[in-house]
Amino acid sequence: MAKIKYIEHNGKEHVLEVPNGWSVMEGAVKNLVPGIDADCGGACACATCHVYVGEEWLSKLEPKSDMEQTMLDFASEVKENSRLSCQIKVSEALDGLVVRMPESQH
Amino acid sequence: MSDRIVIVGAGQAAAQAVQTLRAENVAAPITMIGDEAYLPYQRPPLSKKFLAGELEAERLLIRPVEFYKEAAVEIRLGQKVVALDRKAKAVRLGSGEVIPYGKLLLATGSRVRRLGGPNAELPGVFYLRDIADVDAIRPHFKPGARLTVIGGGYVGLEVAAVAAKSGLEVTVLEIADRVLARVASPEISSFFEAEHKKAGVAIRTRCGAVSIEGKGKLEAVRAGDDRINADLLIVGIGILPNMELAADAGLACDNGILVDENARTSDPDILAAGDCTTHPNPLMNRRLRLESVQNAIDQAKAAAHAMAGRPRPYAEVPWFWSDQYDLKLQSAGLSEPGDARVLRGEMSARKFAVFHLRDGVVVAVECVNAAPEYMIGRQLIAKKARIAPERLADVNTPMKALI
Repeated sequence: MAKIKYIEHNGKEHVLEVPNGWSVMEGAVKNLVPGIDADCGGACACATCHVYVGEEWLSKLEPKSDMEQTMLDFASEVKENSRLSCQIKVSEALDGLVVRMPESQH
Repeated sequence: MSDRIVIVGAGQAAAQAVQTLRAENVAAPITMIGDEAYLPYQRPPLSKKFLAGELEAERLLIRPVEFYKEAAVEIRLGQKVVALDRKAKAVRLGSGEVIPYGKLLLATGSRVRRLGGPNAELPGVFYLRDIADVDAIRPHFKPGARLTVIGGGYVGLEVAAVAAKSGLEVTVLEIADRVLARVASPEISSFFEAEHKKAGVAIRTRCGAVSIEGKGKLEAVRAGDDRINADLLIVGIGILPNMELAADAGLACDNGILVDENARTSDPDILAAGDCTTHPNPLMNRRLRLESVQNAIDQAKAAAHAMAGRPRPYAEVPWFWSDQYDLKLQSAGLSEPGDARVLRGEMSARKFAVFHLRDGVVVAVECVNAAPEYMIGRQLIAKKARIAPERLADVNTPMKALI
């Protein structure tokens, strides 16, 4: 279980307990946090679960796979700290993680 | 007169329609009726991670129950709609209850094509379409068990991959001369055939007529002159659109419920979305019946926008994916026999793409572990781009340079 803070594009914050083994995307979708579409349900096939990860957390995450990197290349408003939230697996080590949502997933 | 929106079906399209309707500030009451026991859930993992036991049923749900509560959706699960009365503008449930509608969305999905013939219902014979199917199959997924799969399509091959990894002895029977014959190019077919063989799966193409043998339970599958002993048979020979409710009510149907680009049927108050429909696709220049998550989502969005009075026509390049072993197959667009094919990358590197060109225009792409080709390929197809085959084939020309 990790406490994760999701911040919508408009600044609204949601702090949620997300079970280990779930993805950061699932934590949002299953708790009605708006701003993450996740059309493909987490198969790394659609790039509609794009988030910005708090800078201080970047080094603590598993590195991006080639697939994730490429899918991200084609998302909109991509920054250095962009990730696909379906590819970030939750563990105790991510307790306190902060992610921000882009304006749009399309 | 009721202003209620009634959604028949509770799958991917139904969940998307609810979401888009409320996002578009449609305030009408919504009733969603599904014949399964579950809230809308993702089907793709059923033949992948869910079958492998790596995902609990709860995690398949597209949205949690709170989502529907917040959206004030009245949910009827485990209930079948048996009749549609367009004059009275109402649907009737199996229980006899009648629910009036202002607008109706048919998101009835599809069902598996079943084997006919004697013994087709023997214990040990399974199909894979819903959670209950997988729950029934799982106890038989034991190392050493002998599994025969009929049908070398996406579902059949995904099942074979999970089974091989779980230590089952797997045989796949395919009536065509190659696996994935209906959905993929010969290059992709031969690549996946080889990968499955490496994993120990026996694949028999051109298997001929198949019959089931057993007394009281499945014992063997006969394919042509071969007899294959089996503890377990999984049949994956395609799906059929659930269009009978619509057809019986006099809606235009032809291999699916006919809808326009705004997901409207031949009745102005009835829309339809997902596997159950055929729609005109302006990018592919023809009518399509698609069996995919992408189609369910995008068409449901179009239906919701139409119901909201702000139509936004559906015009997307179809896309699909399949996970087998450590391979991700992603494809976009639709090819036809006669299209030219261009291979980019080496199949032996397990990272390559096959582009399809019609009169020089990119119409489809199939990618194995090749995300750039997939993502840019989708855009090339949407733009009806004309790219020289030599450039597509040249891995030293980055995909980004082609757009």
